[in-house]
Amino acid sequence: MNPENKTLLEVRDLKVHYGSRGGLFGGGTVVKAVDGISFSVAAGETVGLVGESGSGKTTVGRAIIKLAPVTSGVVLWEGRDVVSALTDSEFRPYRKHIQMIFQDPYGSLNPRLTVEAIVGEALEIHFPELSASERRARVAELLHQVDLKPDHARRYPHEFSGGQRQRIGIARALAVNPRLIICDEPVSALDVSVQAQIINLLQDLQEKLGLAYLFIGHDLGVVEHISSRVLVMNGGKIVESGSCEEIYRNPKDDYTKRLLAAVPEL
Amino acid sequence: MPLLDVQNLRVTFVTEDGEVKAVDNVSFSVEPGETVAVVGESGSGKSVTALSLARLVPIPPARYDGGKILFDGKDLFSMGRRELQAMRGAKISYVFQEPSTSLNPVFRVRNQIAEAIHLHRHDVKDVRAEILHLLDLVGIRDAARVMDAYPHQLSGGMQQRVMIAMAIACRPALLVADEPTTALDVTIQAQILELLRELRKKLGMAVLLITHNFAIVANIADRVLVMYHGKIVEQGTVAEVLRHPKHPYTKALLACIPKLGTKQRRLPVIDHELLASQQP
Repeated sequence: MNPENKTLLEVRDLKVHYGSRGGLFGGGTVVKAVDGISFSVAAGETVGLVGESGSGKTTVGRAIIKLAPVTSGVVLWEGRDVVSALTDSEFRPYRKHIQMIFQDPYGSLNPRLTVEAIVGEALEIHFPELSASERRARVAELLHQVDLKPDHARRYPHEFSGGQRQRIGIARALAVNPRLIICDEPVSALDVSVQAQIINLLQDLQEKLGLAYLFIGHDLGVVEHISSRVLVMNGGKIVESGSCEEIYRNPKDDYTKRLLAAVPEL
Repeated sequence: MPLLDVQNLRVTFVTEDGEVKAVDNVSFSVEPGETVAVVGESGSGKSVTALSLARLVPIPPARYDGGKILFDGKDLFSMGRRELQAMRGAKISYVFQEPSTSLNPVFRVRNQIAEAIHLHRHDVKDVRAEILHLLDLVGIRDAARVMDAYPHQLSGGMQQRVMIAMAIACRPALLVADEPTTALDVTIQAQILELLRELRKKLGMAVLLITHNFAIVANIADRVLVMYHGKIVEQGTVAEVLRHPKHPYTKALLACIPKLGTKQRRLPVIDHELLASQQP
């Protein structure tokens, strides 16, 4: 897949538990959203993470970029513990390396900002040395990379279709030259024909820019298509992992078997 | 005689940017007890077609521009309000995509099911027993508990079962299910599809299933209609359409779905301009 196979991200025994302090109602029921999972992502590869709602897959993605509180375990970026060891401001430089795209592109774009402002915002924060005209040029280049037109920069999110909005979200993620993008169900809300375009775009960008993806999804067909390895999550744990072919042809875990059996076949 | 016979239906939406032909000269029929799927992407007109069957499309912005909808041989457009109201729910009923927004959050499950029974089924003496029976029919085991629950206390799959219980309360001849499993997880989706199949057999009702998912069509339908830009571009038995699609749109749509166990490097995409140029 990639020449060096250098590990970018390593997650070890990650746990995210909610409500462990007893909370308002004193009883202290603990929700183990993520309960001791370990995996790694190498440069330039795509790792798929599948599971149903409530399996904890989204929480994993959020914990990696410090958007969910880590109860225990470590997240290593190129060998360095970055999540539990660092404060939010110390973590900021790593946000450049790890970006995220979301399921609902409309909900994740500020409706009052133009596309130029949405994509440019990240540049202002992470590349303050750029002049306004340099920034504008970079935004144009990013829009081109995701197959949007230069004049789209002056428009607002509501003027775009779902697929185009997802392209805007991708352009925003690419703005800071990330090396890993966490894709949280990026095509689940899209029509199949648009889904195919976005998947192809993600693969083209990976080839061009050497990006790694952690691709979170519930559609086994889509996840299998884009990933080289797949992790299957259920109840906060990884119940099975391996190459797509292995898992598809010879699932070992009962839950994986049930999941595969539930997929209606064409 | 078909249960439902739609002839040359046209529904137009009047918008600020001009008129949109949402349903453009659509004809199809559904036989009693048959499952027919309507597949298409967003904006293809499949949901508007489904809603038109009980004249549920709001006028304005919509306008019926012609055609006939015959239900049991009776023309829907010549029915008065009362006659139409008596038919809705009793003969033709709906299940929608998002059970959490279709159920009323402030009423218990039993009140919501009871409403349908009170409105249409004057023959029922013991409403409570009928509710329990309906919940049992849709595979809810602890019906006594569920009937006292509020919608938010139930999972998505359970909510959809409750919706289906309400929809079959009057033993409709036709159940229109508009993306009934789209909001659900795959394992729950499989259960709901199995339930629809079972109910169709038990109650002998016809099902019109609206979906964007070809795999669901393959699984449950007898016949399929493919919609694109307000038109039915192809229709036939599921085996015919899925194995030997004739229309270029159907072919393209089937090709761009990633399939488990068949590794392709790139997904084919649909060239809408090319398709438009091939339209007769």
